[in-house]
Amino acid sequence: MLLGRIGEFRSLLKGDKADDSALGRYETSRRKKVLFILGTGMLLLVVSVAVLGIGGIMISPLDVFYTLFHDLLPGIIPEPSQDYYGIVINGYRIPRIILGVMTGACLAVAGAAMQGILKNPLADPFTLGLSSAASCGAGLGIVIGPMIFGSLYHTTYELFGHSLSFQWIFMVLTAFLFGLASVSIIILLTGKRPVSQSTLILTGVVVGYIFSAVLSYMKYISDEAALKDLTLWLLGGMWGASWDAVMIVLPIGLIGIILMWRTAVDINVLSSGDDVAKNLGVKVAPLRKKIMVLSSLVTSACMAFTGIIGFVGLMGPHMVRMLIGNDNRYLIPASALFGALTLVSCDAIARYVIRPSELPVGIIMYLVGGVFFMFLIKKMRGGYDI
Amino acid sequence: MKLETRDLVQGYGSSIILDGVSVSVSSGEIVALLGPNGSGKSTMIKTICDILPPKSGTVELDGTDIRTYDSSELAKIISYVPQSSNAAVYTTVMDTVLLGRRPYVSWTYRPEDIQIAASAMERMNVDHLSDHNVSELSGGQRQRVFLARSLAQNPDFFIFDEPTSALDLKFQMKTMISMREIIKESGSGMMIALHDINLALNYTDKVVMIKDAKIRASGPPSTTITKQTIRDVYGVETEIIETGSGRYILPI
Repeated sequence: MLLGRIGEFRSLLKGDKADDSALGRYETSRRKKVLFILGTGMLLLVVSVAVLGIGGIMISPLDVFYTLFHDLLPGIIPEPSQDYYGIVINGYRIPRIILGVMTGACLAVAGAAMQGILKNPLADPFTLGLSSAASCGAGLGIVIGPMIFGSLYHTTYELFGHSLSFQWIFMVLTAFLFGLASVSIIILLTGKRPVSQSTLILTGVVVGYIFSAVLSYMKYISDEAALKDLTLWLLGGMWGASWDAVMIVLPIGLIGIILMWRTAVDINVLSSGDDVAKNLGVKVAPLRKKIMVLSSLVTSACMAFTGIIGFVGLMGPHMVRMLIGNDNRYLIPASALFGALTLVSCDAIARYVIRPSELPVGIIMYLVGGVFFMFLIKKMRGGYDI
Repeated sequence: MKLETRDLVQGYGSSIILDGVSVSVSSGEIVALLGPNGSGKSTMIKTICDILPPKSGTVELDGTDIRTYDSSELAKIISYVPQSSNAAVYTTVMDTVLLGRRPYVSWTYRPEDIQIAASAMERMNVDHLSDHNVSELSGGQRQRVFLARSLAQNPDFFIFDEPTSALDLKFQMKTMISMREIIKESGSGMMIALHDINLALNYTDKVVMIKDAKIRASGPPSTTITKQTIRDVYGVETEIIETGSGRYILPI
């Protein structure tokens, strides 16, 4: 069985069956998509390792290599030139890159799935107000957490040899609840009767404003220390990275992405309209709810640590769509890898440009994302609609 | 197999669109729904396909209410093609036709699904377009892609809502002829809302004429479509002309 699958996969990659029949052309397009996914995956791996040396402390590629593998083969691979390289790389940069990969992947997949179920090319966690809501929730966690829980707030738990602070768990939870609230509002307002694509996005933006207002109020009333935390975190960045963050984001993100990926065919069917989807056996309303809940879950988990990061959810899936098409079976994994690649690269640029200090990754993302958004709007004039 | 509605009442809000309508289609049979715009043909089609729940009355498959079927099971029995569909960008003809295999697969398509989709495209003359994006096709080509998706669904009953209205004359005829062949070969049944009385007259086994939420006439096309029923349902005076190749309705 497995050997058969591997053989089939090899023949797909070699393009054995890619002749000019309808079947052959389908094989050609599958080959293109699989190659794109493999290529992006490999590029992501290379970039992730390459950027380990970049930051306030620049570490040469050779030293990065020594740091990574010295403990594994102490006899063959020499020690890095400075002992603290180990702490920098293992303690800070690896979790940071994992968080970047997961955040990029989660936001892009949430964007791709939301665009699919809402049939709206502008839908993503940011435009639907989910990001604002989740960050409002997390902000509320930062401000009211210590008031409610007192000393319990800073308790840590031991989990698989890592300590996990109650503070983080509480923040993810409040972010998720608020994210869920925002998508529920949107579903309630727009789910029962057909609304136009622009009404949907407008509703999302307005919901986002409401949550931003609450957040601004919290900023206004919070004390100096909390304010600085809040402001810094709102700019969006990877400085919340730690093994704690990885322990929360990695499982939630992976499970969320896999669950959304499993609905890929149903999301494809939905593109033919709700009526046809129903006739093809898709339970349309439950599918919409499922995707909205999973999107809020993965988005909130990431945003609790990174703050608001826009556009990767919007631009990731669109670029991938233009390159390999709309089939969600391929679009979802490809968007995940592409989103991850984008975020990790932008974060590396953010660490590099004004080193030894660093920029919030949001600044880089918004610049790149903003230009792409304008390009997309220009393209939409020709009737771009998904 | 027999798909039928029993005393179906349907409407939106307080307005009644269908009032106690009973129609049926059996395996191997082509039934046309005729009636002016707004007479409830589309509503009837959607109710039969379990897209709209009936206000009262039932839709039954060999005597069993279709609402008791599992949605994926029903999807293998009844296939629906709407009047017009939105075409997604960056979605190829092949991917669109493959959607018809959704009821048969759990997560991804098997080689036989791809084979079935390929022969459905051939049947509807769109196989040469398989790797084109649906959004780039003409209205008629697009409609044939959706009919191919329906064929790939391999149902017992095809339920179509004016599927030929976007097609040009040649393809309208070709499509009706090939659908008729498919119905007669496979022993499936078809119910089709039609705009064009002449298509109904020449290619169907039974017609049901609806006006003001009620059935005005039903039966074999040659005896049901008459000057009187057309006047009654459409409010148009006509001549029925006998030619060597069939009967034609000519509005006067």
